[in-house]
Amino acid sequence: MRFLPLTTEDRRDMLARIGVAGIDDLFADVPKGKLLAEPPNLPKAKGELEVERELGRLAARNTPAGSVPFFVGAGAYRHHVPASVDHLIQRSEFLTSYTPYQPEITQGTLQYLFEFQTQVALLTGMDVANASMYDGSTATAEAVLMAHRLTRRKKAVLSGGLHPQYRAVVDTLSSYSGANVDALDADPKGIEDIVARIDSETSCVVVQYPSVYGSIRDLQPIADAAHAKGALLIAVVTEVVSLGLIKSPGEMGADIVTAEGQSIGNGLIFGGPYVGLFATRDKFVRQMPGRLAGETVDAEGRRGFVLTLSTREQHIRREKATSNICTNSGLCALAFTIHMTLLGDKGLTRLARINHANAVALAEKLDAVDGAEVVTPAFFNEFTLRVRGDAAKVIDKLADKGVLGGVPVSRLVPGKAQLSDLIIVASTEINTDEDRAKYAQALKEVL
Amino acid sequence: MAIEKFSKDHEWVRVEGDIATIGITNHAQEQLGDVVFVEVPEVGRKVSAGEAVAVVESVKAASDVYAPVSGEVTEANADLAANSALVNEDAEGKAWFFKMRLANTAELDALMDRAGYDAFVKESA
Amino acid sequence: MAMNTQGRPPGPGASGKSATDTFTGNSGLDHEQPLLFEVGGTAKTGVDMPEPKAGKARLGGLERKASVGLPGLTEPEALRHYVRLSQRNYAIDAGVYPLGSCTMKHNARLNEKMARLPGFGDIHPLQPQKTVQGAIALMEVLSGYLLELTGMKALTLSPKAGAHGELAGMLCIKAAHEAKGSKRNIVLVPDSAHGTNPATAAFMGYTVRSIPARADGTVAAEAVQAALGPDVAAIMLTNPNTCGLFEPEVAEIARVVHEAGAYFYCDGANFNAIVGKVRPGDLGIDAMHINLHKTFSTPHGGGGPGSGPVVLSDALAPFAPLPYSIREGDKFRLVETEGEVTKGHTPFGRLTAFHGQMGMFVRALTYMLSHGSDGMRQASEDAVLNANYIRAGLRDLMTQPFGDKPCMHEVLFDDAWLKDTGVTTLDFSKAMIDEGFHPMTMYFPLVVHGAMLIEPTESESKQSLDQFIGALRFLAKEAKQGNDKSRFKEAPRLAPRRRLDETKAAREPRLRWRPAVSKEAAE
Repeated sequence: MRFLPLTTEDRRDMLARIGVAGIDDLFADVPKGKLLAEPPNLPKAKGELEVERELGRLAARNTPAGSVPFFVGAGAYRHHVPASVDHLIQRSEFLTSYTPYQPEITQGTLQYLFEFQTQVALLTGMDVANASMYDGSTATAEAVLMAHRLTRRKKAVLSGGLHPQYRAVVDTLSSYSGANVDALDADPKGIEDIVARIDSETSCVVVQYPSVYGSIRDLQPIADAAHAKGALLIAVVTEVVSLGLIKSPGEMGADIVTAEGQSIGNGLIFGGPYVGLFATRDKFVRQMPGRLAGETVDAEGRRGFVLTLSTREQHIRREKATSNICTNSGLCALAFTIHMTLLGDKGLTRLARINHANAVALAEKLDAVDGAEVVTPAFFNEFTLRVRGDAAKVIDKLADKGVLGGVPVSRLVPGKAQLSDLIIVASTEINTDEDRAKYAQALKEVL
Repeated sequence: MAIEKFSKDHEWVRVEGDIATIGITNHAQEQLGDVVFVEVPEVGRKVSAGEAVAVVESVKAASDVYAPVSGEVTEANADLAANSALVNEDAEGKAWFFKMRLANTAELDALMDRAGYDAFVKESA
Repeated sequence: MAMNTQGRPPGPGASGKSATDTFTGNSGLDHEQPLLFEVGGTAKTGVDMPEPKAGKARLGGLERKASVGLPGLTEPEALRHYVRLSQRNYAIDAGVYPLGSCTMKHNARLNEKMARLPGFGDIHPLQPQKTVQGAIALMEVLSGYLLELTGMKALTLSPKAGAHGELAGMLCIKAAHEAKGSKRNIVLVPDSAHGTNPATAAFMGYTVRSIPARADGTVAAEAVQAALGPDVAAIMLTNPNTCGLFEPEVAEIARVVHEAGAYFYCDGANFNAIVGKVRPGDLGIDAMHINLHKTFSTPHGGGGPGSGPVVLSDALAPFAPLPYSIREGDKFRLVETEGEVTKGHTPFGRLTAFHGQMGMFVRALTYMLSHGSDGMRQASEDAVLNANYIRAGLRDLMTQPFGDKPCMHEVLFDDAWLKDTGVTTLDFSKAMIDEGFHPMTMYFPLVVHGAMLIEPTESESKQSLDQFIGALRFLAKEAKQGNDKSRFKEAPRLAPRRRLDETKAAREPRLRWRPAVSKEAAE
């Protein structure tokens, strides 16, 4: 067995040294009759080649995004990731290291987390960010709970532009912690009147930007209205590349920004692992969940980094912790920070401009197809398309023609007739003129 | 002269008239190590004995500070928020946490005097 | 005030003489690397892209006016920055990483390769299900393995880490009680539990009632029985427990818990000790999370990502959250929304967007296929053997809080043997760094004074264990007899950094880089 260094002789010597006759003497506390006499009923060990064959067969039954014209978004986006990102995150010293509880020998992790926190704060326009959450959806639910703690209120108002699966996560955690959710109806055009829903019971308003339908709007009036009632604005960003081109939520008065960081440095991977971003104002930092790296000095006065303010966390506060989060998304945060470093301001801005230009070009092309109409007035790299007929069937037929054309809204919000003809379409830098032409052509054929 | 009492939760209470000043003991401060953060209660909050009303954090531990007696918070020590190290420097003096108007002076009888507290600390060591 | 006096003492420790007196501050292969914000610039980039197409913007007037201010690096500079940072990290691949309860076992690189196959790594969670049949099939295969290994009836794959899995399992329990119209509000948690257990219970609004451990470090069914009542919803118990011991009365505990109408949640963080040896389902457990990043070797990555599937008993199976996969003939389907829920299912809700940590599912399954049932069983046995071998190698010098008896995959020492030496658990741990080892888990579990929890895993060879034991014996003797305590008080002396000032970090939090403000400008 290539993974187990002990030889049969080693095992015998070691048992003798311990002073027991056999291995099962070490399992003596297992209740009578509960120790298995035989290995479980599963296949025996395999070599690398056999395992590769077996998994290769399963992988071959999927259609990789890179193999077709690809326009699927709605919370996860396919971007080009520079080759050096994956090389670096696979270095043993990053990949096979634990949470940096021994700072003297994990300065590498601690320094990149400190840099990551700074990048996230700059990108979102906030004061401070944590060292990552599981993903955007869980970060958002945690933000709502944080707002409840800060305001001592228990009602969250959720925009109809919030990703329905994010809403479901907020709903689930709220219902079991005794909090209320006031969720607005699905809002593909970005025209809802959310301000009217804010009252003196409201702890926070949660607005996705750009929305799950792709639309963008000024958050300042919502922030002002929320603040006037003593509530907080939580802005949710699922496509962080957008922040290279449009105003940051921080600039428009957000109190907490949560985001899905997958777009930078991380692949699609069928939904995970991704990396949740969480940023807020300095004054709220003690109610922020998750780990934080902070700067200090060592015994010789040299700059160094440690995990800090950890009394907020579960391993110390136990039942009084701000959250039960422990493991976060360290390696995905590393991929994010390396990619962001490679981009810099210059690269991020250009990447964002290419994304927007590609989406505008696609919108124009699809809008011209008979039976299709772009319904999103202002957007970044994603918009909603109304098609003649049932959107899910259209997407299905497009897939048969080798085009992955987006997400039918009915997949996220089933059973609503007024949403059944809508498709969320994303276009990033990976799409070419040829991809767009193929999409338009295929759409013409299936409508 | 002020009455001085101590709780099993390592807090001291100094009573003058119907106003009690509350802080953590020097022994507690030593056990906690370097205090890095203190959160004091809002003025006007009505609390009952045993309720968690303040928080004191060191690098290694976060601890609740309980109201040793019932009453209404009349004043909180703003200096502590800015300078938590004060707790290590002068736990039983300048680093008082909050003051409250006693609701029931009889509750003081349940607390220890200094000799009693010293014995309690010795015993639990 | 409630005091925790068991925690780790902070402070930078003694400084002694400086290890590095070079001009650069570098020390041979170890380099000082400035912050990205000090070496990078907003004019630099490591990514070349074409000019975007000209066209009218449709941004609704929301263009960003100010620059973001993110510094960039060219590719060679970025490589150097991150390679230098990496060289300041300890890693499993570099040495013994005996962190108790964390399971730092070998991470096979085939797992990484498989997760990066385009058929797994480059598929979108919301592309049509007919284009991802192989991915859903993989989730089904993984589920089959996990159910066989645990002897449980159902599972949910979506939780993102162990603590998230705890939440999933406990939400199933809450939902099951609610379905019966019961409003139980107390959860029993032993003192020795992981911090996530009480944090999870409290997060859901439960009142936590703690159960003391016996003098031998385990939980008595009698103590559980005494704490049970009509208000108790569940017990959360780690088995093998955080002291490295198999709970001998676990089956009896399950019986009394069920008799009282409560459920048994098992923290499966230490499942790696018993895979292929004992099935939690045979012990009467109702829910248990499995840390794929511990037991099934998906890499820890400096603190995640993890993955925490939860296996469930028949009683809890209907309440598993969305999404779940089902097989329909030769096709697989993911049920994603309330509207599609199939018969017999009443999900408590949803814990995350999408379907869970696919990247970790692939890695874990690769581990399982590679090891096979024989290899997984052997791995558990070797993990337990290695821990006991360390116990045998150190038992005459170091003290065990519960006496010298067999442990599972990790061995627990306390600091009684250091009494009057002036050396603390922390000092001892830091001295291990100078010897080239990562310290063990220290000051956990909290129920043991100055705890040192050592988990070698099955990945260490006998030679490596002998060297580790030899080094610890040397240090233990030095601590007891040595006149020069600087080896401990000043440790580590040979790491990239000496002890760090955690008090300063917490009193004056600096959580991000900010440009230095010149004195004149500030005034």
